[in-house]
Amino acid sequence: MSASTVNANLLGIRSRRRKALLVGLLFASPWILGFLIFQLYPILISFYYSLTDYHLMSAPHFTGLKNYQDLFRDPKFYQSLYNTIYITIFGFVPQLAFSLFIALLLNMNVKGQSIYRTIFFLPTIVPLVASSLLWMWLLNGEHGLVNEILRSLGMGQPAWLADPNWTKPALILMGFWGTGIGTVMYLAALQDVPREYYEAAAIDGAGPWQRFWKITFPSISPMTLFQLITGLIGSFQYFTQAYVFANDPNNIGGPGGSMLFYATYLYQQAFSFLDMGYASAMAWVLFVIVLVLTILVFRTSARWVYYGGEK
Amino acid sequence: MNPQLADLFEAQPANPPMRWSVVFRRRILPHVPLVLVGILFLMPFAWLVVTSVETDQEIFSSHPVFFPHVLQWSNYAQAVQDFPFLQYTYNTLYIAFFSIIGQVISCPLVAYSFSRLRYPGRTFLFFLMMSTMILPSQVTMVPVYVMWNKMGLINTFWPLIIPHFFGSAMYIFLLRQFFMSIPFELSEAAKIDGASEFRIFTQIMIPLAKPAMYTVILFQFLASWSDFMGPLIYLNDPTKWTLSIGLQSFIGDHSVQWGLLMAASTLFTLPIIVLYFFVQRRFIQGITLTGIK
Repeated sequence: MSASTVNANLLGIRSRRRKALLVGLLFASPWILGFLIFQLYPILISFYYSLTDYHLMSAPHFTGLKNYQDLFRDPKFYQSLYNTIYITIFGFVPQLAFSLFIALLLNMNVKGQSIYRTIFFLPTIVPLVASSLLWMWLLNGEHGLVNEILRSLGMGQPAWLADPNWTKPALILMGFWGTGIGTVMYLAALQDVPREYYEAAAIDGAGPWQRFWKITFPSISPMTLFQLITGLIGSFQYFTQAYVFANDPNNIGGPGGSMLFYATYLYQQAFSFLDMGYASAMAWVLFVIVLVLTILVFRTSARWVYYGGEK
Repeated sequence: MNPQLADLFEAQPANPPMRWSVVFRRRILPHVPLVLVGILFLMPFAWLVVTSVETDQEIFSSHPVFFPHVLQWSNYAQAVQDFPFLQYTYNTLYIAFFSIIGQVISCPLVAYSFSRLRYPGRTFLFFLMMSTMILPSQVTMVPVYVMWNKMGLINTFWPLIIPHFFGSAMYIFLLRQFFMSIPFELSEAAKIDGASEFRIFTQIMIPLAKPAMYTVILFQFLASWSDFMGPLIYLNDPTKWTLSIGLQSFIGDHSVQWGLLMAASTLFTLPIIVLYFFVQRRFIQGITLTGIK
């Protein structure tokens, strides 16, 4: 082979590679453009907005860290954080456990599995505004079905949506009704656990409790990780239910601000007060929180998440 | 822990011996909590429908009326009248339709790039996309609103439609998983025959990906139908409202007319429930496909 054909071949490889790159990027271009326009640019520019006084009508006016200083002194910011953490711990976590419990029951190959699955899944496809409205009625203090049931059981009847102490439990109760997606996902994960594991464990004389913790739980741990991360981030986006329950555009935090969540407060700052600078500071704090939370969960996950085949 | 309860935590029974006590534990006992929870889960639906056909007297009687005396269908008639139901439905369907078009055009292209094409930086782009899935929309909400505002598109449907023409990470991931499962020999053979990537994509991949595409269409329809925050931010003009926003404002106007409110909610929910029974399997498949394993 002469030097010139080697060169031509090299050029051929190079131009083919360049072509492959071009074609690849071209196919991916809708997402790449969308990422640049609707995610990267907004994240960066919102950092700039967060350093300004910006009320939409006039140009942003640079104020340095003032928004952040105000934010960290703002009792409502802490209240919204508290409420968000509250529903994460007392709502999301038990709801996740509940969806796993139902999935485990369904996975015992019960008769009518698909009927049960439908029943648990249906509430999750009801539009959130409609289900929130329905629960407003169910939790109505005087004529609601929930209080009727409590009355017939001889228990106390809270004023749910009117009493600041009961608004969050009301939201959590409604949340249990929407755990069907978690159940369906867990059920799929459970059905993937190899049967041989259980047979081997049975031969080794492992009890049911041991089998759950040594086989079932580790086998479905990637699913738990997935649900934990999406759920934690979901808590910081908690909005529609609280907005509908509060039922007052001028007081979207509900009685005593008991339903003021991170997302509702951010919405209020941006679209009720049109304080885009302050809302952007909140958005950036949220960005950092989500980043830190995700990293933390992934870090600890090395200790409890097992991927099949690896270890 | 006692064995009855412990059995509930087993993922799959290992070779069940057929003693009566075991049959009872494994085949009958699980139904007890399932039936109980099932009833609790169905009750709200029953209450929704029952309330929607009751009179105010029945609704506000001192004891709940489970079987209304006369079915008060006029609640529905009045709800449709008070609440520009047709207009809101039209607006909602309009947004849903064009959002679906956007996703259907963009997502398969990107998914194809991330699954069947080889080029430097592909892995990086894919992981970048996956990591954007955890980005809450609240983080970008303000600047995106400012952008649409500068373009004078507030109070139009465009801010709710155009972003869908750039694909969504979840649907791209779903389609990518699907494309990965198609044998590579198929596209190799076409390539040897001189077909371009775009031809392979349109002639081979798209027809094969139909089931996954239906899932994307279904999910996007559901997302647009139920979306609340988007229309709340972008649509102020009541003639532009979607069903979600319309129903929400209806609550404020008719705060104690529960019969009317439940009738409107039923009308809003029913199409989705009916849809579910037609495409049940695809729903469940889609959800299990997007949840990583």
